[in-house]
Amino acid sequence: MALLTIEGLTTGYGEMEVLRDVSLQVEQGSIVSIIGPNGAGKSTAMKAAFGLLTPWKGSIRLEGREIGGLSSDKIVRSGMCYVPQTDNVFPSLTVEENLEMGAFVLSGPIDARKERVFELFPRLRERRRQRAGKMSGGERQMVAMGRALMLDPTLLLLDEPSAGLAPLLVDMIFEKIRDVNAAGVSVLMVEQNAKKSLELADHAYVLVNGENRIDGSGAALLADPEVGRLFLGG
Amino acid sequence: MNGAAATQLRPGERVKRLLGSRQAFVALLGLVLVALWLVAVYQGIPGQRVLSLMVRGVMLGGILALGAIGLSLIFGVLRIPNFAHGDMMTTGAYLALLVMSLLPLGAPLGPFSFGYEFLIALLVAMPLVGLLGYGLDRLVFRRLRGKRSPPVIMAMAALGSAFLVRSLVYVFWGADFVFYYTGRPRPAFELFAGIRVRPDQLFILGLALAMIVLVYLLLERTKMGKAMRATADNPELARVTGIDTESVIRWTWLIGGALAGAGGVMYGLDAQLRPEMGWWLLLPLFAAVILGTIGNAYGALVGALLIGIVWQVSTAFLNPAYGPGVAFMVLILVLLFRPQGIFGKPGGG
Repeated sequence: MALLTIEGLTTGYGEMEVLRDVSLQVEQGSIVSIIGPNGAGKSTAMKAAFGLLTPWKGSIRLEGREIGGLSSDKIVRSGMCYVPQTDNVFPSLTVEENLEMGAFVLSGPIDARKERVFELFPRLRERRRQRAGKMSGGERQMVAMGRALMLDPTLLLLDEPSAGLAPLLVDMIFEKIRDVNAAGVSVLMVEQNAKKSLELADHAYVLVNGENRIDGSGAALLADPEVGRLFLGG
Repeated sequence: MNGAAATQLRPGERVKRLLGSRQAFVALLGLVLVALWLVAVYQGIPGQRVLSLMVRGVMLGGILALGAIGLSLIFGVLRIPNFAHGDMMTTGAYLALLVMSLLPLGAPLGPFSFGYEFLIALLVAMPLVGLLGYGLDRLVFRRLRGKRSPPVIMAMAALGSAFLVRSLVYVFWGADFVFYYTGRPRPAFELFAGIRVRPDQLFILGLALAMIVLVYLLLERTKMGKAMRATADNPELARVTGIDTESVIRWTWLIGGALAGAGGVMYGLDAQLRPEMGWWLLLPLFAAVILGTIGNAYGALVGALLIGIVWQVSTAFLNPAYGPGVAFMVLILVLLFRPQGIFGKPGGG
C-alpha cells in the first residue's frame, strides 16, 4: 500500500475549481515531485494533501485512512508534516522555540528530537537563540524544515523549498532533502526548479491546468521531450 | 540608490522619513515629555510636584499596562480590536466590590487603605473577568471565526460587546460612582526629594510590576506562552504546525481578561468606581498598544508607561479630564511618523 494516495481529487477555493480529477501516490521511502507551470495547481494539490481543502470529489488517504478535511493537529499526529512556501517560520520566536512549536502536539520531553534536527542542520544549533525573523532565506528554510521534522513524520510535504534562494543555497537545500529522505522520511514536494527536482525525485507528476498530464520516474521525465519543451527550455 | 531617492523627496517627506526611524521617534517622544515639563515650569508649577506626577504616571502606566498587554495579545492572536477591553476592566472593579460586600470588613493592612477582603476580592475578580472574556469569545467571536467574518464585522462585534458589558454594569450596580472604602483617610507621605505618594499607589505599582513579570515568564518559559507568541506571529502557520489554536485563543482570553480585571480593580482603588471608567480608558489603551506595536505584549508595556507619564504630567497644567485627549495626541504622533509603533518593522506591523 502506498503511503499517500490521492485519487480522482477535484477541489478548489470557494466556487473556483483548481484541481480536476487529480491522482497521485507516494510510496514509502520515496521522493515524489510535482512540477508544472505557474497556476497549474501545484500548491493547491499540496494544501489538499495536507487536508487544508475539503475534497469536492475523490479521496486523500494516508496509510489507507481518509484524511480529507481533517484538522491539522490530527494530521500531524498521524505522521504527515507540511512546510508552506512563504512565511514558514515564526519570526519573533527563536530557532529553538520554532522547533519546540513543531512538537506542540507532544507532551513528553523533546530534547532528543531537537538534537536530531540539530545534527541534520548544524547551522541551527549555532543559532539556536537567534530570532528566526532575523535569519537569511536559506536559514529560514532550514528552520521551517527542522520544525516539520520535530514530529518525526513518515511523510514530509515541501511547498517550493527552493523558492527565492540563491543558486548555491538551492543546492544545499536539495542536499538536505536527500539527507532527510535517507533518514527514512518520505517526501512529497512541489518545485518550480523542474530540472533539479526531477534529478532528485524517484517519481514525478506533471500538473497542467489542474489536471494530471504526465507522470513517471524522475529520470524518465528528464528524458521526455514534452517535459523538456514545457519546463526545461529544451 | 536610497540616497538618490531621498534627495528627490519633498522636505516634508524627508522630515517624516527621518522621524520614522526608531531612534528619532523615541527621541521625539522624549521631546514631548521635556516640552510638557517645560510648560509646567513656565506656569510656575514646582518641580517637586511635576516629579510626583511622573511617579503617579508610572503607576497609572502600570494600570494601563495591565489592560494594554491583554488588548495587544488578543489582537495578535485573534486579530480582534477588543473594544470591550475597557469595560472588562470596569467589570473587574465592580466584581471585586461585589465580593467585598460579601466579606466582613477588616482593618486596614499597615499603611494601606484596604483590608484583607480587598485582596481576596482582587483574586476572585481576576479569573471571573478572564471567564467573561472567554464567554464573549464563545458567545460572539467564535461564531464569527467559524464563518470567516471580515475584520470590520469583528470590530463591530467587539464594539457591541463593549456596550453589552457596560449596560450590564449599569443594570447591576447603577450609574453612581462608589468607593471601595468610604471615609477612610488616604494620606500621602513623602517618598524622597519631596515626591508625595499614597501607600496604595505604591501597592498598585508593585502589583502591576509583579503581574507583568508573571506574564513575561508565561510568554517566554511556558509552552502555552510560546504558542501564544507563535499564533500572534502567524495564525495560519500555527494551525498547520499542529498548534491547538482554539486552546491558545482560550488562554489568551483568560489571561487578557484576568489582567484587565486586575487593572480595573487597581484603577478603582486609586480613584473611584464608575460604570464608564473603563470605557474612558479605551483610547489611552489603544494609544499604548499602537505605540508599542500592535500584537507585541512587551511593546504594550512600554507604550502604557509612556502614555501614563505623559497623561499625568499634563495634569500639572491641564484639567485631568483631558487625559485621554493627551493620549490621543500621542496616538496621532505615532500614526503620523511611525504607524508600525516603536518595535515594528518599517512598512508593516
